[in-house]
Parts: sequence; structure tokens; C-alpha cells
Amino acid sequence: MTKRRYERPVITKHHSGFMNKFGNSPVSVPKTEIDGVAVKKLTEEYGSPLFVISEKQIRQNYKNLFRIFRSRYPKIQMTWSYKTNYLNAVCSVFHNEGAWAEVVSAFEYDRARKLGIRGENIIFNGPDKDENALIRAIEEKAKIHIDHFDELYQIIELAEKMGKQAQVAIRVNMDVGIYPKWDRFGFNYENGEATEALRRIAINKNLKLIGLHTHIGTYMMSTEAYRTGASKLVHLANLLKSQFGLVLDYIDMGGGLPSYNTLKGQYLQAEELLPTLEQYADAITAPFFELNYSSDEMPTLFLENGRVLIDDAGFLITQVLANKRLSDGKRAIIIDGGVNILFTSFWYKHKISPAQQTSVHTENAAIYGPLCMNIDCIREDIVLPTLKKGDQLVVHHVGAYNVTQWMQFITLRPNVVMVMEDGSVELIRKSEDLDYIMSLESIPAKLQTGVK
Amino acid sequence: MAKFSVPSNLAVSESGFLFVPSSGETFTLNEIGSEIFMMLKKGSEDKEIFETVVDSYDIDLYTFEKDFSDFITQLKNHKLIKEL
Repeated sequence: MTKRRYERPVITKHHSGFMNKFGNSPVSVPKTEIDGVAVKKLTEEYGSPLFVISEKQIRQNYKNLFRIFRSRYPKIQMTWSYKTNYLNAVCSVFHNEGAWAEVVSAFEYDRARKLGIRGENIIFNGPDKDENALIRAIEEKAKIHIDHFDELYQIIELAEKMGKQAQVAIRVNMDVGIYPKWDRFGFNYENGEATEALRRIAINKNLKLIGLHTHIGTYMMSTEAYRTGASKLVHLANLLKSQFGLVLDYIDMGGGLPSYNTLKGQYLQAEELLPTLEQYADAITAPFFELNYSSDEMPTLFLENGRVLIDDAGFLITQVLANKRLSDGKRAIIIDGGVNILFTSFWYKHKISPAQQTSVHTENAAIYGPLCMNIDCIREDIVLPTLKKGDQLVVHHVGAYNVTQWMQFITLRPNVVMVMEDGSVELIRKSEDLDYIMSLESIPAKLQTGVK
Repeated sequence: MAKFSVPSNLAVSESGFLFVPSSGETFTLNEIGSEIFMMLKKGSEDKEIFETVVDSYDIDLYTFEKDFSDFITQLKNHKLIKEL
């Protein structure tokens, strides 16, 4: 006799009253495969938890964003934001599509160089560029975006000593009508610091001012903030031309475009709340046509987007370790992936789907990781079907910041694989092992005795 | 071995709709939840329920015991059963 398919017994209480103004709870559609590869097969081969990156999605995102901007402004150069995800395979897909490298530390600069990116195709941002890194960047004609006066004078000194001309831009911070103001990076526009820095650069023979840069914030939900930012940089560019006859090669509008991840505290889903990429592109490119440049002088528009290009190309497959009831009767699900590898769960309500067919009965639950720490909460409230130990869940939109900000804590960081466009699967970062972790440590001789 | 009592005035339909006339509360049970509740209402003991479910569903005894225990806790919290 064939036995019937089992699911846990469930009872759901009905709540009467006004309908939820935000509509019904989202239905959990199972995510059984990623780009045609079964989730189960992936974890059988590479273990759980497992990060999965889709090459196809990255390329699709890149081409889409490039097309949207290119159809509004002809000179576009995309640069890949290394800090968002600097796995070599991921960077290589972007470079293969034509992106330059945007780095914010010597470590990232060296990574880009090891991948074969020429210095002139590297944007060097960030407040911490040590002397060796600056020497290398000047030597290799990287585009150095100066963050503060101390750095400006250090570059002047180094370039003089080296007898070279550094290729520089400044990062400009400004009031674009958002709160909090991002004024800790770069030179301020409103208080005149930016124009003063530009004046000093313009008159120094060891510096070549080639661009202007701003990055107005992250997960920006307002297109108008970008329009304001672009207008202010255009104003500075016009000033440089009229006062110094200086024509810029590029204006870098940074990144900050949001992905379709919903922030904690947002009632509506990100998809319903966010402007379209076309609206952002309109706001960013429109002010460029106010430049007092001739048509052959028009600068290239640099973009440094990360999150919007990679977030939905990343998935985290996890497994249910246990079901519990909290003191108030609420269901709690413990999974094998914690906040140490899913850093973004601190600010996102990540979409999470079961990876197998499930019942129609759902229950509100909290999802906790395995860390034995109270902070290890992946979702405080999520409606999910009944799940049993060993069932799998797929966390969506995890491609940005997780595999750069993750930390090794009480267990080993997992494998990362990439599903290639042809459907094959490649291991792009293998899980650490205990020997590797311990090889970085040493025990002082006098501590090598004791209880064994 | 545990046995439970279910208030006699509770109405449960075959499709798993449960109505408590005294309070007006309503609940939905999934298929297996509904079957178990019917067995409890008939006065079945836990051992008998375990055997019936393991015989007819694709599930091992230990997993079902865990789920049964969780289900019973929920029914008690909603004051739909009492342990005798």
C-alpha cells in the first residue's frame, strides 16, 4: 500500500476584524532550483549552508543597467564595486562584461591588479590609502579619488618625490536633501572645501585633475537626491572650466542604487516602493546636459554600482535543524546559516522560500541561526509552510556584502559556488577547514603544557 | 500513555473547519491535523494515534511523536483539549 504524503499537523486560528491594509501574506512559492540546477543536488555535492551565485543573473543585471544609462547618455563607464563582492569569479564576470574596478583599500587594489586589471582602469576610493598603495597607484596611473586634505598633501609630496603626475579626482560630499547627510567622506560642497581642494589641485603640476566623484549614500530611495548630486558636480565642473580652463575626463556618480531587498521597518515590499532604474537614470543623467562643454568634450559618466547588480544573483541555501515553540506559542525554526555569514539580515527582511513542495498551510515563525547567540535571528516574523528537520530553505538576494562582510565564528564559512550560464556548477570559494584556521595562530612555548 | 478530553460542543467539519460555539472562535486544521483531532474527540489514546498515523502516512514514529507533541501543545494553548 502506498502511504500518504506526510506534513506536520497544524491548527491555525482565524482572526476577525479589518483586513490587513497591506493585503494577504505573501505566498511561499518553492524555489527548488537555481538556474535549472536542483537545490538538493547542489547541497548534496557542496554541503549546507551554501552560497550560490548565478552568472546569468549578474550578466543580465549588468547589461540591463548599462543599457538604461547608455540610452540616456552616450558615454558610460561602469566600475565594479569590489567591496560589494570581491570573489575573483564574481569580479571576473563584471570585468568580462566591461566593468573597471572600483576599490577602497590597498587589499582591494592588489586584488584587482592580481586579476590583471590595469592601474588606469582602477578607481581608487576610500579614506585609507597607505603610502605604499599611493606610490603604486601613482606609478600605475590609477584614478585616485582624494578623500581629505591630508591625503591630498601626501599625494603632492609623493608625486613630487617620484617625479610623476598623479591622476586624481576628489570625492565631494553634499546636502542632497536626505537624512542622515553623508558628509564624512570627501570634501564638502556647501562649505567651500571642495572648491578649495580643486583650486589647489588645479594649480599643482604634479597632479592631473581628471574627474569629480560623489557617492551620496547607500540604498537610496530618492531619485531627486541623485539629481541634486549630479547638478552640484556639474556646477563644479562648469566652475573648473570657466576659472581654470580645465575640462574633466569624467564625472563619477558613485553607487547606492537599492536592490529589491526590503529593509526592516518597511511595510511595503521593496518592489512596490522603489523607483525604477529608468527613473534613477533620468535623474542622474539629466543635469549632465547643463555642462558648459562642447559635444566632443562631454565627460564620461562613471557608475560604481554594486548591490543593484549582484544582490539578486546570490542565494543562500540552508537547512532546517529544528522546530521549536517559543513561550508565547510562536513557531521558531533553527537553520544552519547564521548572521555571521548573512550579515545583511541585520537590516533586511530577506525573502526566504522553501526549497521543496510544501503544504498550503502556513504559520508565522521566527527564523534563528545556529550560533548559540541571542542576536542570531535571520527573520523575526515570516509566514512559512510547515517544515521539518532536514527541509531546505533558500534565502534570496544575498549577493551583496555577505561574502565580504561574513565572519568566521564557532564554525567554518561555507562553500560558494557559481552556476554558470551553461548550467554547470563551479566551486568559486571553498569552505575553510580547521587546519587552515589554526595555521594562522601560534602558541607561546610556555603555554604548550597543561592538561591533555 | 496519554488521553485527552475534547469539549463535546466543538464542531469540526471534514474539511478541517473547527468552531467553538461558546466563544465564537474558529480554526482551520490541515488534513492530518483534522484526522488527529477527530481521533482525540473519539477518545483515542496517543499510542493508538501514533500507530494509525505511522501506518497510513510516509513518516517514522520519532518524527511524528515530536510533531504530535507540538500539535497537542497548540491545542492546549487554544484550550481545545485537556489532558486527562
